[in-house]
Amino acid sequence: MDQHLPTQQHTELLRFITCGSVDDGKSTLIGRLLFDSKAIFEDQLAAISATSQRRGMSETDLALLTDGLQAEREQGITIDVAYRYFSTPKRRFIIADTPGHEQYTRNMVTGASTADVAIILMDVRKGVLTQTRRHTHIVRLLGIRQIILAINKMDLVDFDEQTFNQVHQEFLTFANALGFDDIIAVPMSALQGDMVVDRGTSMPWYQGHTLIDVLESVKVDENIQHAPFRFPVQLVHRVRNSGELNERRLYLGRVESGHVSVGDEVVVLPAGVNTTVASIDTYDGALKSATAGQSVTITLSEQVDISRGDMIAQKSHPPRTEKSFSALICWLSNAELDVSKRLLLRHGTQTVAAKIAALEYKLDINHSIHVPTEKMAMNDIVKVLVRVQQPINIDNYESNRPNGSFIIIDELTNDTVAAGMVVEN
Amino acid sequence: MSALNHLDRLESEAIHIMREVAAQSKNPALLFSGGKDSIVLLRLAEKAFRPLAFPFPLVHIDTGHNFAEVIAFRDRRVSELKEKLIVRRVEDTIKQGRARVKSENDSRNALQAITLVDTINEFQFDACIGGARRDEEKARAKERIFSFRDEFGAWDPKNQRPEIWSLYNARVHPGENMRVFPISNWTELDVWSYIARERLAVPEIYYAHKRPVVRRGIQLVPVTELTPPRPEEVVEELWVRFRTVGDITCTCPVASEAKDVEAIIAETAVTSVTERGATRMDDQTSEASMELRKKQGYF
Ligand SMILES: Nc1nc2c(ncn2[C@@H]2O[C@H](COP(=O)(O)OP(=O)(O)O)[C@@H](O)[C@H]2O)c(=O)[nH]1
Repeated sequence: MDQHLPTQQHTELLRFITCGSVDDGKSTLIGRLLFDSKAIFEDQLAAISATSQRRGMSETDLALLTDGLQAEREQGITIDVAYRYFSTPKRRFIIADTPGHEQYTRNMVTGASTADVAIILMDVRKGVLTQTRRHTHIVRLLGIRQIILAINKMDLVDFDEQTFNQVHQEFLTFANALGFDDIIAVPMSALQGDMVVDRGTSMPWYQGHTLIDVLESVKVDENIQHAPFRFPVQLVHRVRNSGELNERRLYLGRVESGHVSVGDEVVVLPAGVNTTVASIDTYDGALKSATAGQSVTITLSEQVDISRGDMIAQKSHPPRTEKSFSALICWLSNAELDVSKRLLLRHGTQTVAAKIAALEYKLDINHSIHVPTEKMAMNDIVKVLVRVQQPINIDNYESNRPNGSFIIIDELTNDTVAAGMVVEN
Repeated sequence: MSALNHLDRLESEAIHIMREVAAQSKNPALLFSGGKDSIVLLRLAEKAFRPLAFPFPLVHIDTGHNFAEVIAFRDRRVSELKEKLIVRRVEDTIKQGRARVKSENDSRNALQAITLVDTINEFQFDACIGGARRDEEKARAKERIFSFRDEFGAWDPKNQRPEIWSLYNARVHPGENMRVFPISNWTELDVWSYIARERLAVPEIYYAHKRPVVRRGIQLVPVTELTPPRPEEVVEELWVRFRTVGDITCTCPVASEAKDVEAIIAETAVTSVTERGATRMDDQTSEASMELRKKQGYF
């Protein structure tokens, strides 16, 4: 493969998550991606070669590249999400590398929350496992619409086309119901490298893209650009230029969804005041318009009383302003939900006191069924009714990830105890 | 409407993070060493807060083992920006007997942690913005953008706060603090691309220059008063540049003829040794050395 281009100013950024059960070859695959795309450096290679030898292995184990913390090396497991970086001439990639054990649903939720695409890794000999179902379900729940099915260890089934097709079909049988936009299956051997970056010579029957080709060509999720405009105010600055009579109020923040232009009609929430956008500024100068993902400074044509946590939104498509709403919550804390504790909910830039008013059901993601529940423990995903002290301005997560998501903080310990997604009431 | 390119996305994310610090923390600080990553942080702070002043002072934990050019650069940049700089010296920590050195020429990187934690306590900072990147080192790959430190300044890798979407939780109790890394997701190449795009000045020693060095393992060790050659070593005058500019006793240059930022980008894009591997002697000691130092309060 080509080396990276010297200036990478025009490349896109793609974030993806890798999920697989233990021993499916996830570390090997990531090591292979980094190695074959030349993101691995000599000194890293030297360090892992030495370790491989010390452990009595004949070849350098690429999986060691993704080894992290001391405790993980000692126990031979991964315990936390790690982020890894590589680039090709076309794209810059951020991998959220998440461990696959049952108890780490919370890590998968973390990794998936910012990913555009998911790679679901399978061992071709094992077919669809309970873990595969769980991973696939979670990434869909977290709003990922495109998955790459990496059917690994093809070398162990003599690179047989039939076996690949069977496993692919088996996967589609259950995943089609989940409503992904796109499922692309790639047969590969992470160990030998076939169809990861290089095509290899063992699977002439496969006419599709290699994994890296798919990663370079899948669409970066742009739904958020087309959603209604949402701008949670992070900070309010007041400035008065010399000679100006009135101070100007600058609203600092990031466009979380949609786009905004000077002159657009907007509504300020929760006050409900209508006004128009007077200017959009950045350090590099004024803009005519801004789009999702951009950090900017907005001024409005009317003086409105706005503080952090308020939202400027598209007037014709405002969010719901609610004090009570339904949500799916993934519980992240070691300690179970204790309704007597004071909880804070953070949504966008807003922080409000919150209560879990009712537990509707627990999602059994291994079997895609709902089961009754009285409690919420670590890694549980539960449909709940949330009540907040002051109204917040929300959209459903399915149509707007940034404005449909929130976290819950234990006010006493300050820990982040849950991640939540707003759903239809 | 097209999606943002990747540098714009990284920049916007970093601005968002800095503004969250300003909004959520009562008494933050930004660590500025004069190195390239913290130079990028300053530009990001300008983008986040101008026309107003920064909502935090700049802090430099001075090892005393500096390249003179870097300190001169630091002071020039601070006065251009008209911001406040607080300097605390590892030297003073040693004099107070709060840190021990075996010899004058030993690396002070680890001791920096003690001075940093002392400084955090002195000013009661509840958040310190730093320029660490996850691609630097494997213990960093698992660190949060908002990384919690207990009242001893220690990082507990097994007990980190979950960080989901871009909803950051900077809440701490008195005595605890957050280390915040707005450029976590940047690589060395991104940093140089950004320096080029923004036309940022960096200390001269980042560019190729002739310097007396000795070869030690895969590293080139600069010959300075604090790092004299060993008896058996041959001193050579080579074209080199620095990729990091930390403690002079453990920072090594790489052979290079890159005299401008474009040339550095071209070299970085095809380099074959990690930034820390080539340039930091202290990370070579063991696979876990960075992790250990971080648990003790290091950045
Ligand atoms: N034969 C074969 N073995 C593989 C392949 N990919 C991974 N492995 C092996 O499967 C085992 C588990 O791989 P590893 O990457 O550590 O799995 P992880 O637990 O998913 O990270 C190791 O012994 C790998 O060498 C492959 O494509 N073919």
